[in-house]
Amino acid sequence: MSSHTLEVRPWKTRRKGAVSSFDPQIVRQALLDAFRKLDPRWQIKNPVMFVVEVGSVITTIEFVRLLLTAPGPAFPAARLHNETLFVLAVSLWLWFTVLFANFAEAMAEGRGKAQAETLRRARTTTMAKRLRRPERSAPWEEVPAPALRKGDYVLVEAGDVIPGDGEVIEGVAAVDESAITGESAPVIRESGGDRSAVTGGTRVLSDWIIVRIGANPGETFLDRMIALVEGAQRQKTPNEIALNILLASLTIIFLLVVVSLEPFAIYSGSPVSITTLIALLVCLIPTTIGGLLSAIGIAGMDRLVQRNVLAMSGRAVEAAGDIDVLLLDKTGTITLGNRQATRFLPLPGIDEQALAQAALLASLADETPEGRSIVALARERSAIGEEASLQQQASRFVPFSAMTRMSGLDVLADTDGQAASVRGEEEAAPPVRTIRKGAAEAIIAYVHEHGGDNTHGELLQRTVDEIARAGSTPLVVAETWRTGQDHQEQARVLGVIELKDIVKGGMRERFEQLRRMGIRTIMITGDNPLTAAAIAREAGVDDFLAQATPETKLKLIREQQAGGRMVAMTGDGTNDAPALAQADVGVAMNSGTQAAKEAANMIDLDSNPTKLIEIVEIGKQLLITRGALTTFSIANDVAKYFAIIPAAFSTTYPQLNALNIMGLATPHSAVLSAVIFNALIIIALIPLALRGVKYRPFGAGPLLRRNLLIYGLGGIVAPFVGIKLIDLLLSLLHLTL
Amino acid sequence: MFITFNSFVQIALFLALVLALTKPLGLYMTRVFNGERTWLSPVFAPLERFLYRACGIDPAREQRWTGYVIAMLVFNLAGMLLLYGLERTQQWLPLNPQHLGPVEPQLAFNTAASFTTNTNWQNYAGEQTMSYLTQMVGLAYHNFISAATGMALAVALVRGLARHSAEHLGNFWVDLTRATLYILLPICLVGALVLVSQGVVQNFNPYTVVHTLDGGLQVIAQGPVASQEIIKELGTNGGGFFNANSAHPYENPTALTNLIEMLAIISIGAAMFYMFGRMVGDTRQGWALWAAAAILFVLGLAVALPAEQGGNPLLAHLGDNQQASALQPGGNMEGKEVRFGITDSVLFTVTTTATSCGAVNSFLDSYTPLGGLVPLANIALGEVIFGGVGSGLYGMLMFAILTVFIAGLMVGRTPEYLGKKIERKEVMMAALALLISPATVLGFAAVASVLPQGLASLTTNTGPHGLSEILYLYTSSNGNNGSAFAGLAGNTPFYNWTGALAMLIGRFAFLIPILAFGGSLVGKRVVPAGPGTFPTTGPLFVSLLVGVILIVGALTYFPAYALGPIVEHLLMLAGRTF
Repeated sequence: MSSHTLEVRPWKTRRKGAVSSFDPQIVRQALLDAFRKLDPRWQIKNPVMFVVEVGSVITTIEFVRLLLTAPGPAFPAARLHNETLFVLAVSLWLWFTVLFANFAEAMAEGRGKAQAETLRRARTTTMAKRLRRPERSAPWEEVPAPALRKGDYVLVEAGDVIPGDGEVIEGVAAVDESAITGESAPVIRESGGDRSAVTGGTRVLSDWIIVRIGANPGETFLDRMIALVEGAQRQKTPNEIALNILLASLTIIFLLVVVSLEPFAIYSGSPVSITTLIALLVCLIPTTIGGLLSAIGIAGMDRLVQRNVLAMSGRAVEAAGDIDVLLLDKTGTITLGNRQATRFLPLPGIDEQALAQAALLASLADETPEGRSIVALARERSAIGEEASLQQQASRFVPFSAMTRMSGLDVLADTDGQAASVRGEEEAAPPVRTIRKGAAEAIIAYVHEHGGDNTHGELLQRTVDEIARAGSTPLVVAETWRTGQDHQEQARVLGVIELKDIVKGGMRERFEQLRRMGIRTIMITGDNPLTAAAIAREAGVDDFLAQATPETKLKLIREQQAGGRMVAMTGDGTNDAPALAQADVGVAMNSGTQAAKEAANMIDLDSNPTKLIEIVEIGKQLLITRGALTTFSIANDVAKYFAIIPAAFSTTYPQLNALNIMGLATPHSAVLSAVIFNALIIIALIPLALRGVKYRPFGAGPLLRRNLLIYGLGGIVAPFVGIKLIDLLLSLLHLTL
Repeated sequence: MFITFNSFVQIALFLALVLALTKPLGLYMTRVFNGERTWLSPVFAPLERFLYRACGIDPAREQRWTGYVIAMLVFNLAGMLLLYGLERTQQWLPLNPQHLGPVEPQLAFNTAASFTTNTNWQNYAGEQTMSYLTQMVGLAYHNFISAATGMALAVALVRGLARHSAEHLGNFWVDLTRATLYILLPICLVGALVLVSQGVVQNFNPYTVVHTLDGGLQVIAQGPVASQEIIKELGTNGGGFFNANSAHPYENPTALTNLIEMLAIISIGAAMFYMFGRMVGDTRQGWALWAAAAILFVLGLAVALPAEQGGNPLLAHLGDNQQASALQPGGNMEGKEVRFGITDSVLFTVTTTATSCGAVNSFLDSYTPLGGLVPLANIALGEVIFGGVGSGLYGMLMFAILTVFIAGLMVGRTPEYLGKKIERKEVMMAALALLISPATVLGFAAVASVLPQGLASLTTNTGPHGLSEILYLYTSSNGNNGSAFAGLAGNTPFYNWTGALAMLIGRFAFLIPILAFGGSLVGKRVVPAGPGTFPTTGPLFVSLLVGVILIVGALTYFPAYALGPIVEHLLMLAGRTF
């Protein structure tokens, strides 16, 4: 799980070429779509807005009726007296209400479409070299990429575009995946292991590979991605369905309220006009959330895509908000990918400088990150003299091997040049000095072998144990040299280098935040329990799973789920697949294997395991935005009653004007102001719906208090102010009718 | 001053007594419904076992929600038919010293529906219509059974919340039996005797005819009143033995009986909230609902009491002294008993309408517009202010779930209540339950307010007050309360049939989604609570719950009330009455 072929990018990075929210082209398209969506067959999917549309139609008919039947001169314009104009105004604003809601949805879809367009460009029809047999030397025929089927073998050479998703079965190549990930640095893809998956539409830069095609046309990664961002396959998520039921039943209640109001009005003396009744109905039903609900869902998906995460379903995004337990891999997520040298611990009688210099020499040619970190530390701690002098020495690097479990350096001639070597004799001449670093047991054995004794054996063992217990890795350094005439070989242990797992900066705070959000983090590592515990303590995670195997991971997830918790995890290897499938939210790294990607319900194109935290935040943000706008929408109704009820009964019961606490100018202006507010609030909230309510990692209590204050209390107060302002404006413009 | 010191002390004492009774009674009920031994087991356990054996019930076999609902419906339907038959044949049966004839069919149907649904709406005067046998065997039976049914259903729903990954909600027959035997009967036995000690009558005598001081003749109705009276209150039934209900001196003679009756009305409902907390393993959950109910209770009092104590401004203009003093209660005393005064009348009214009791000790139709708005609104809010026995708890739980669903999303998680996720099915059931009362109340009232059959009954009042009377009738019927704005002549075919329908819908159409809801919850896993969980205890949740109840109620009924009590109040201030 530790091989992340892409560099870990800062997690806030957006997709390259990410579409800006209000691109004029998208706005233009969305305006057109808003009208197209007036089609009742489309509107019926959203019961709340359908009711508004029906209301718009009825008021329009009412306007025409008034226009044709009103007494007065034949010329219609002369018939536009106040009542007729009022009906016209209400009718127009009701149409606007529907259009605004349509526009919100079209905006959200438009952004996805623009992204899909970028992706489509990567799907230009390429030609593929289909192999007869899965061998480099086999004959191949050129076929168009869409003709490829699952199980076909293709040869992809430098410069070719990979024709479809699949797995490398032979060869190794550098691949440019920027079309998918937006990341320009090439990645290595090779057969076997965890870097074998390739994606259609990416380009091979060097060498060649043989790919077994893993998906039929139309089912590829790119196809799914396009469908997802376009919203073509968008299915309502469980939570959205539940919310829709609530909104529909509120709509029915308000329908009952308004329909029953007419008999009560007739009982009380005079009926209320159909226009006012419809205005009241539209103001009461939850149009704000009803109009923005699907936009919120699409925008949530879009936010994930902008973070370079592909969710296979909206359900997974929602589930992310519910996560109780995060399983995080230690390496690369909690700690920097590599261990780093942090300390030299010389044995008694050995000066730190000497140890540092020995370590430096032993690591000069060691290109592993650990080796480089030893060099860096040693340079910090010692003079550079010896390193420079090495240039004049004949020496040979001894690379690490699994058998010796050591690496180091052999000096073939000493610094004075006394045993000056002659070219050609080098091979035969025994080294005058050797330096080795490696695991404690291996080094101790080496020292014995070369005539040294374990003088400080006990101390050494203690030091090594302590370092291990602290979660670090001990590397023991030893040297051998020849002295005297007979070149008697001597050996000794110099000391220990501490290689430490460096916990990434800010992780502690991040886990603290997660804890406040109610999410437990469990660190997964292959380390032994001792080391794991130490790192877990340092990083501040809640728990850890040491010596993890695919089986223990799966077991852990099942246990957590049996306790009612929702589990999220990341993975990239084939052996992660069962756990990824079992987890409620499984995020596969794009660099991972095909099996991992298929088992997961999200794929991170950046292959950045830390992103899981962001995914959880996006899921929560989605739910919060829905809840906030629902609360806001319902709270708004209070003010609308105070505007419309006194107005509706202004002739029957003038005394009800006592309820006109906003002091609205006229009954017509009161109704109109409420309707206008109701329409404009949708437009005003589109940015919030698309962007999402800002999520703050508080616990539920403070979060609820804060959102209730803003959207609950704010929802009660805002329309009082808004309706009054609109009324004032109408009065100023003499439009109170 | 609109609230006297005396009022304040009486109300505080009453609330303190309710609070004091909640926990012990709640604990006792928890044991009863968990099937545990109680201190009454030595007395009732053999009887209980005998009943199960006689009826062939296996008390250990629990039912799924469907089985529970079917048992409940069949049992209630049978009881309703029996009561109807009894009413229609009482002239041939014993214990009918006044030789009362059969009850006419539509009234008999209305009454049967009324008592089966725990409403006890009475379109008749008991002393002139029902024989002693009908009262004792027919009506009193339903007073027990409808109350026990409500309790059983509430317990079943609570089990749905308390259990997890299970299927069964309990055994309806067992819950019904235990509620009756261990809770209702013992309290009634003691309560009836206490009432008798205060002067409530209990006899089978024919009515007494007496010569009054001014030389006239007066018939004083008699009967087995005390036994009926206590269960009328305790089971939040409310159907009076006499037409005058708890204003009648034989039903409610003294201030002490008034207090006992109020406590009987509210205690089981309040204790059930505690029992709920206990059963789900977190008493704070129960107290949170209790606190929400208490706040709404006090809010109602805070409107009604000043409105009544303030009296009628029109009379004040005429020089009438409505100030409270040592010699008079002051305020609007029309339709109130002098022995109760303003405070005990208003407190009783708020209590009886907050719960779904509907017994009255004063005449609501004579209240000031705002004073009358409170009982109307109390019922319309869903009878959740402690509410009817059982029905209050399940109604309140519905609101709690609605609150969690509306606001719960704002913490960024799928809403959950007591660790159970509130998903599509639950929202569907809550929404169905929520739709029932607006559909019934507004629907029937709208029809009645324009049809001649509906308007013909507005014999004493018209205008906004007439509309209030119509609204009250259907609100009270649908809410299974049973109290009335009695200015409306209810014993007509139109109101008998529509009222009966409203009662049946309000009870049974509401119960089915409630139990379906419980059935869906019982199978769910419990998500352990953490810092990210929406808190359903504490002041924030309580105020949110109160807010949701008030806003849902206000949004549904504000336009209708604006044309009823609200405009009536404004018109009264302007000098017009109806």
